[in-house]
Amino acid sequence: MEWLLKPDGAGQEFLVMIIAIALFASVMALVLFLTDRPNMPRWVPIVGYLGPAVALIGFGLLFPALTTVVNSFQNRTKDAFVGLDNYAEIFTNPEFIRVLVNTALWMVLVPLVSTALGLVYAVLVDRIRMEKVAKTLIFLPMAISMVGASIIWKFVYEYKPPGVDQIGLLNQLLVTFGAEPQQFLLDPPGNTFALIFVMIWIQTGFAMTVLSAAIKAIPDDIVEAAQIDGVSGIKMFVYITMPSVRPAIIVVLTTIAMATLKAFDVVYTMTGGNFQTSVIANEFFTQSFVRQQPHIGAALAVLLFVIVSPIVIYNVRNMRISEGER
Amino acid sequence: MSATAPAMPRKLTRKEQRAVDNKTKLTSPTASVIAIIIAIVWTTPTAGLLITSFRPASEIRTTGWWTVFSNPDFTTENYSDALGTSGLGQSFINSIVITIPAVIIPILLALLAAYAFAWIPFKGRDILFTAVFALQVVPIQVTLIPLLTQYVNVGLDGTLWVLWLSHSMFALPLAIFLLHNFMKEIPASLIEAARVDGAGHVRIFFTVLLPLLVPAIASFGIFQFLWVWNDLLVAMVFASNDYAPVTRKIAEMVGSFGSAWHLLAAGAFISMLVPVIVFLALQRYFVRGMLAGGVKG
Repeated sequence: MEWLLKPDGAGQEFLVMIIAIALFASVMALVLFLTDRPNMPRWVPIVGYLGPAVALIGFGLLFPALTTVVNSFQNRTKDAFVGLDNYAEIFTNPEFIRVLVNTALWMVLVPLVSTALGLVYAVLVDRIRMEKVAKTLIFLPMAISMVGASIIWKFVYEYKPPGVDQIGLLNQLLVTFGAEPQQFLLDPPGNTFALIFVMIWIQTGFAMTVLSAAIKAIPDDIVEAAQIDGVSGIKMFVYITMPSVRPAIIVVLTTIAMATLKAFDVVYTMTGGNFQTSVIANEFFTQSFVRQQPHIGAALAVLLFVIVSPIVIYNVRNMRISEGER
Repeated sequence: MSATAPAMPRKLTRKEQRAVDNKTKLTSPTASVIAIIIAIVWTTPTAGLLITSFRPASEIRTTGWWTVFSNPDFTTENYSDALGTSGLGQSFINSIVITIPAVIIPILLALLAAYAFAWIPFKGRDILFTAVFALQVVPIQVTLIPLLTQYVNVGLDGTLWVLWLSHSMFALPLAIFLLHNFMKEIPASLIEAARVDGAGHVRIFFTVLLPLLVPAIASFGIFQFLWVWNDLLVAMVFASNDYAPVTRKIAEMVGSFGSAWHLLAAGAFISMLVPVIVFLALQRYFVRGMLAGGVKG
């Protein structure tokens, strides 16, 4: 049965894959079969339907999350409690402070710039003839992996010494205009902004799509009434469009902020967090799995959670309100 | 406002409507220039790497991709090198094998759970549902080290099984939330009618709900597909080298030979091919899921 755990080659991998799907499908079928007999007590279907999902969420999310919280107050070998020492290390060591500052920069700049660009673009292409194509172009970066996006942009930032032909687009532009080529990814603090731009490039499509839907949902009579009053162009944008899509803008800002906070792919692929570019999500990976400092990793993970928790609370309150309206 | 007022203007034809739109929209030349600039900045880097992936390695190292317009020289060697000697072929298969069950399993489990949350009243349901909803935004980093320890303890670490399991567990809160919302929108009268006819949960589920849920399942399915296919973190932490997906493989290639642009460019496009096709084919469902609140990280 060794091949079930360690399939070798494409054929065995596909076979094990089919077995896995069949296994879960039969669990579901079994639950349905057992609960569907007449005169079952009411709790049987409830436990049957919710049981598998709730058990997995408990095992995969809840239990490990609590363990991580405990570990963040322990030492490296988990045999003694050290209070807030791990957090103190994060907030006093200059290297970690750099990480926190970078994370703050990411979390402010990426949501603001991508939302602004997404909104402007959504307004500009609204109802033009090539709207679908124009939107797909901006949206495609959302579909590809952040690793792929990082490689695309690493090539744009590629550096060759002066005097040699540049192969990176950005340095070629600099050279064309008579400037010195730059090591965009090596020189702080500029390199952090070079990385941030990649994330903006990825997230703008998301902002554009959600905001475009919000713009299209503005009732026609409001727009028509404004038109009759002679409102047009920029004024229409400021007085009609912006206020109407404000709730959508808030959703977009918070969603992008959270995605930005958690993503480590861009930093990991482009600089590996070197040259003072690390952010919390990347530093978590480095400390936990490269430097073998799981206690610091745990504290960084908890920090991520603490930063998103206001959004969790906000979302729960919103959901409660909208459930009440139903 | 009265819709029957005789003074009400007739409905505008499409041509007239466009004329009105053009007058009221931001169609100043500056606006168009901004839109075009954004579109160019957003597409040129990708186009550049795509061109690069078809250029001979020696050319890539010495001249910019924009020189192909005056000096075209193309090859598919980079792709055969990346798939063969660099081992991307095997990791491409790994990506497929990892992704398909990681999409199907959470859908199966979430359908059951969402049905219970939507249509079976029980004590504590709201609290349980709120808890599941709140867990959606928990950063998965919080769970990784203890989960890895668990997997090592039971001897499953590095296998495909823990990849499927982890992706499924991380996806469940979002899947349950999305499917629950769609299920709730189905009119209660349909369910009641079926109940009066003597249908049990299973019959209601398969004959009434499931046909109406196909778009919702498609929305979540694409989401999860793109998320798993594009994932790097879970693959870095839980996969053994033999089962590394494309994303991890090309991320490793950046680290080990960072300037082998002929391999990186081809590798990047090999990894993008599947998600871009899926996305373009099913864009409608993807956007719908996103607007329904399907965002995770």
